[in-house]
Amino acid sequence: MGRYVLRRLLQMIPVFVGATLLIFLMVNVMGDPIAGLCGERRCDPATAAQLQREFGLDEPVRQQYLTYMGNVFTGDFGTAFNGQEVTELMSTAFPVTVRLTLIALLFEIVIGVTLGVITGLGRGRPVDTGVLLVTLVVISVPTFVTGLLLQLLLGVKWGWIRPSVSSEAPFDELILPGLVLASVSLAYVTRLTRTSIAENRRSDYVRTAVAKGLPRHRVVVRHLLRTSLIPVVTFIGADIGFLMGGAIVTERIFNIHGVGYQLYQGILRQNTQTVVGFVTVLVLVFLIANLVVDLLYAVLDPRIRYV
Amino acid sequence: MTTLTKTEGEKAPTGPDSFLSVRDLRVRFSTEDGIVKAVDGLSFDVERGKTLGIVGESGSGKSVTNLTVLGLHNPKTTTVEGEIVLDGQELVTASEKEMEKLRGNKVAMIFQDPLTALSPYYTVGRQIAEPFMKHTGASKKEARERAIEMLTKVGIPQPKSRVDDYPHQFSGGMRQRAMIAMALVCDPDLLIADEPTTALDVTVQAQILDLLKDLQQEFGSAIVFITHDLGVISDMADDLLVMYSGRAVERGGVREVLREPRHPYTWGLLSSMPRLGGDTSQALNPIPGSPPSLLNPPSGCPFHPRCAFTGEVGGDRCSTERPPLGEGRAAACHLTAEQKQTIFFDTIQPRLR
Repeated sequence: MGRYVLRRLLQMIPVFVGATLLIFLMVNVMGDPIAGLCGERRCDPATAAQLQREFGLDEPVRQQYLTYMGNVFTGDFGTAFNGQEVTELMSTAFPVTVRLTLIALLFEIVIGVTLGVITGLGRGRPVDTGVLLVTLVVISVPTFVTGLLLQLLLGVKWGWIRPSVSSEAPFDELILPGLVLASVSLAYVTRLTRTSIAENRRSDYVRTAVAKGLPRHRVVVRHLLRTSLIPVVTFIGADIGFLMGGAIVTERIFNIHGVGYQLYQGILRQNTQTVVGFVTVLVLVFLIANLVVDLLYAVLDPRIRYV
Repeated sequence: MTTLTKTEGEKAPTGPDSFLSVRDLRVRFSTEDGIVKAVDGLSFDVERGKTLGIVGESGSGKSVTNLTVLGLHNPKTTTVEGEIVLDGQELVTASEKEMEKLRGNKVAMIFQDPLTALSPYYTVGRQIAEPFMKHTGASKKEARERAIEMLTKVGIPQPKSRVDDYPHQFSGGMRQRAMIAMALVCDPDLLIADEPTTALDVTVQAQILDLLKDLQQEFGSAIVFITHDLGVISDMADDLLVMYSGRAVERGGVREVLREPRHPYTWGLLSSMPRLGGDTSQALNPIPGSPPSLLNPPSGCPFHPRCAFTGEVGGDRCSTERPPLGEGRAAACHLTAEQKQTIFFDTIQPRLR
């Protein structure tokens, strides 16, 4: 087990380097960062040259990358053009997004799995057909439509919630944004669980559990659900990264100052340091979430051994 | 749902010693293609401490019958009619709650493939302990002790450490032993073994059969033993029921039926079985044709399309009239007793040497 984790951690290094290099190059291709800084007007050449020297942009890209990575390992993600430290931006943005992600995950697991079990057990019943239809609608309608619609109805028309989230973004204000963020994944989790449950409920060991005289809820929870959760856990693990990095739309709609918001601002202003810094952290989140999922398999399924 | 329709002489009063008594059982599945008559008017009795063997081809309704006894059929698509009486309790109409109390406690089942029938996610000990805790209210610790005791009984070496192993860490034979331990953990009065040795090789098979016989002597349980292996049945059973197309075609003591079978289908079964001391130059005689579709079973005697002796009966009785199965030692065939004897001794028996 320890050796497996170590090997996986070592494997992360090339993935991490590759991913960050790609982002770095892409951001460089995006255009001249100095031009973005000056806004609509053309930059004064002298100022531009001075800024380029100051930020090290006159050096070759390879050198820039090495310098940047060197700084990252000492915890220095650089400074945004407005003078704010990127780490400072992160320290305000990540807690907000983590809260949002947690709420979204909670919705996915609790509602998604519950609906999946109910529909999987009652396949073909009206409940099943209804839920399937709803999930299909949720999957096919883009998040910004659901988000704006709910914001309009619950926030503006009926006034149940505040339409936009305050800058502290406490948990209770994040409930609706969390639900909107989770909606598509929630629908997928429901469908995954449903299929998995429906497939496994006819399996021999479930029949054995019934033949042993175990009550229905015990058969379902102990014997059926545990097997059926493996594909769901895979999906949710991969989804953590998406929820954290992909909240751009949701965070824009509800004016949440999280990772998505900062990334959006960074891209809009061509702020290399912010974009690369945030994405680097997100890459790490993805990698670690995947490792945790792989380790969770062994907890769920004792046949999986790590060597 | 329980409409008891007595048909075609298949009435036998419940014997005083019979522990499980099945009367005119009819099981139907509705499928997309139509209604499958999986079991069609089956009756049998099992006494305490005795073993009833049920043989028949795949799809003859052996397993369905016994899943129905435990109520393990899918209630949405299955209709069950008839009577299943276990120790005075009617099971067809019993509620799910009542069935829960019986399952694993009074009636236990051993399934065919122990790899898929055991949950891969729990230790063997926990799976054995589970029904014990449920039915006796024992604590976790007591149940674990009991699981170790049961593993010892079924001959698992080092049960104290193996109790914490997962099924995939067991060999095929050991898994089946664990399955048996699980079935016997609450001392069931009736044990249904659905082809318990089919997935095992012969040496292990012999051990498992011995084990079942020993355990039966110790606990005095009744056993229903389902198989398509006549060699196994001759070793295990006291009584034998031959099933074909969801019906019983022959019944009797195991020696009588195997020594002097009276139904053409049983003749076919015996002639198609290889014998160790048999003449190698003589070819095996498979039964021609294939088992009938249960969606649309043949009229009259279900075996008539494959039967070589319909000519002996004369007329079209075989295809129009369903032959009744009498009491006790009996075969459901229109041939007269003398005809059966002559045919068996003249043409069938020489082939069996």
